[in-house]
Amino acid sequence: MEINSMPQSAVVNLKTEPAYEILSQRQLIWRKFKRHRVALLSFYALIALYAIVLLAEFFAPHGAFERHSSHLLSPPTTIRFVDAEGVFHLRPFIYRMDNELNRQTFQREYVEDTSEKFFLKFFVEGEPYKLLGFIDSNIHLIGVDEPGIFLPFGTDALGRDILSRLLLGSRTSLFVGLLGLAIGFVLGLFFGGISGYYGGSIDLFVQRLTEFLQSLPTLPLWMALAALVPAEWTPIQVYFGISSVLAIIGWTSLARVIRGKLISLREEDYVMAAHLSGVSERAIITRHLLPGFTSYLIVYLTLAVPQMILGETALSYLGLGIRAPAVSLGTLLQDAQNVQTVTLSPWLLIPGGMVILIVVAFNFLGDGLRDAADPYRHS
Amino acid sequence: MGKYILKRLLYVLIVLGLVSLVVFYIINLPPGSWVENYANELEATGSPADRSELDFLTTRYGLDQPLHVQYFRWIVPLLTSGDFGYSFEWRQPVWSLIADRLLLTIIVSLISLVFVYAVAIPIALYSATHQYSAGDYFFSFIGIIGLATPNFLLALLFMIIMLRVFGVSPGGLFSPEYLTAPWSPARVWDLLIHLPVPVIVVGTSGTASVIRILRSQLLDEFQKQYVITARAKGLSERWLILKYPFRMALNPIISNIGTLLPGIISGSTIVAIVLGLPMTGPLLLRSIIAQDTYVAAGILMMLSVVTVIGVMLSDILLAWLDPRIRFEKSN
Repeated sequence: MEINSMPQSAVVNLKTEPAYEILSQRQLIWRKFKRHRVALLSFYALIALYAIVLLAEFFAPHGAFERHSSHLLSPPTTIRFVDAEGVFHLRPFIYRMDNELNRQTFQREYVEDTSEKFFLKFFVEGEPYKLLGFIDSNIHLIGVDEPGIFLPFGTDALGRDILSRLLLGSRTSLFVGLLGLAIGFVLGLFFGGISGYYGGSIDLFVQRLTEFLQSLPTLPLWMALAALVPAEWTPIQVYFGISSVLAIIGWTSLARVIRGKLISLREEDYVMAAHLSGVSERAIITRHLLPGFTSYLIVYLTLAVPQMILGETALSYLGLGIRAPAVSLGTLLQDAQNVQTVTLSPWLLIPGGMVILIVVAFNFLGDGLRDAADPYRHS
Repeated sequence: MGKYILKRLLYVLIVLGLVSLVVFYIINLPPGSWVENYANELEATGSPADRSELDFLTTRYGLDQPLHVQYFRWIVPLLTSGDFGYSFEWRQPVWSLIADRLLLTIIVSLISLVFVYAVAIPIALYSATHQYSAGDYFFSFIGIIGLATPNFLLALLFMIIMLRVFGVSPGGLFSPEYLTAPWSPARVWDLLIHLPVPVIVVGTSGTASVIRILRSQLLDEFQKQYVITARAKGLSERWLILKYPFRMALNPIISNIGTLLPGIISGSTIVAIVLGLPMTGPLLLRSIIAQDTYVAAGILMMLSVVTVIGVMLSDILLAWLDPRIRFEKSN
């Protein structure tokens, strides 16, 4: 779609803008990236998401561990504009849900109590928390007055608000992805770097090592490695442990990319020229070679994050990853393990939707970056 | 060709030797052992374990010996007599425990692989020849979702849909009456009608990635001179595509088995756990948690063997199809 419209916009540019302009590499990349609308949208969405999960406690209507004992497995609260009498209100409101025994079926179900309206309000006082770990506060972005209770995504079997847990869990999963990536990045850069730059027997060894790791079934190996994380570790340690487990296998594809790129760059004339003019090896690597493939690195890093997130989710779902009381998207989905429960309370699957959204956004971003990484190529 | 196959075989043997070392080491790394846990557990309930049994296990597997001795006590019987050791938890030889499950894992994985290609190739051909059509966008969209959905979530969704729409629970690979029955045509048929759900779930992400690769390969090939020449010559469009660009695009697809197969084996592990299938997945999870060392090591080892041999076969297939690879690699 974008590709089709390219020649036209180029023509328009020629007419309206000066004959030429000088753009840096960075500007060229940004320009090309902006043309990929979905990637741009994903980019902003991910920035917003990271910002929201960092301030999860503020955006969440409740505490993630707060139990609403009268609302176990409550379905999501409906946000309304029209009340039971058919009158329209500009300001959204909710009704309180009460757990009642249905006299016909003799099953407990949630019924809206339409006698009192609770208007949604901004900056409501609620469960106290520490923002970013050090700012004391009890203000939540959206909420309603007591005794109304706002549960936009419903509650789990212990009566905890799913939206609040989802935000906290997304934080864990999003940052485990980044942390695993950082560890894998160091490993990949090291192994890919030495194998691509020095070549010879080091290259052969690293090549065989990555081939070896890539030919193994990942998940069973992850499961075995995750079992190494001791049971008595604190949530923070587990967090690091699981990230490392993901990284131990995740670095191989990165190493291969770096190696391939280095080998092709090593043969470039300008590298030879630098050698001949007596530039040190270190300067050649950092000043001449690294800038040549930074953009590729960013692309592959972006595409590696979703793999890490999917790995964490799967491990936590199996009970081998992040453990309670820590919350991640995987542990949230553990609640959805029982098919009977999920059939009756489908809102327990909402965290699964979140996983898909995050992974899709990262994939689109990676695709857009890949197209933009080489601004001189015309496809 | 013979030389190439021989080289690959030798390489596979070295890799499997390394795999056995790594697997055994990882499995034994967590502190404690099943025997210790078991003894402590029985001690706590007030009825101490049968000392002679514990002693037998300890000496048989050299649990009081250093790790490398334990490794040889495990690998030597495995190589010489196919003895995978003994399951502490199930109290039977590991092989009798995993043989059936391994067979089913291989069957499901192979059928998933066939499913991936059977679905992906026609769709990729359609998408590439109808670039930017509604159908192309539709399949791209499905592909993006397919790549992003975790296997276990897909399995869960399938179970819920089956339960809600058809009122049946899709768990298992066999109907109850065939669960323990010996193999017979009727049992094979029963397996076949239970296969679609696991195969679709395991195959989805692989299908999505193959469509993506093959589509862009084909689009690249379509740009090339020889296609224009063939078209100018007046070849029919269908014949032209199947005879030239499609064959060119097939090579990367076959070499892709190397990444597809580990993915499918991984996928089948977690899908089997979610759907409760009698495959290696659930047993592996259980044995890892319970520190049932030889079961976990045996399963991990065999899953790696299946993957590594599968990848080797795809390499040989590729070399047979493409003389350039044969030539380059044997020199």
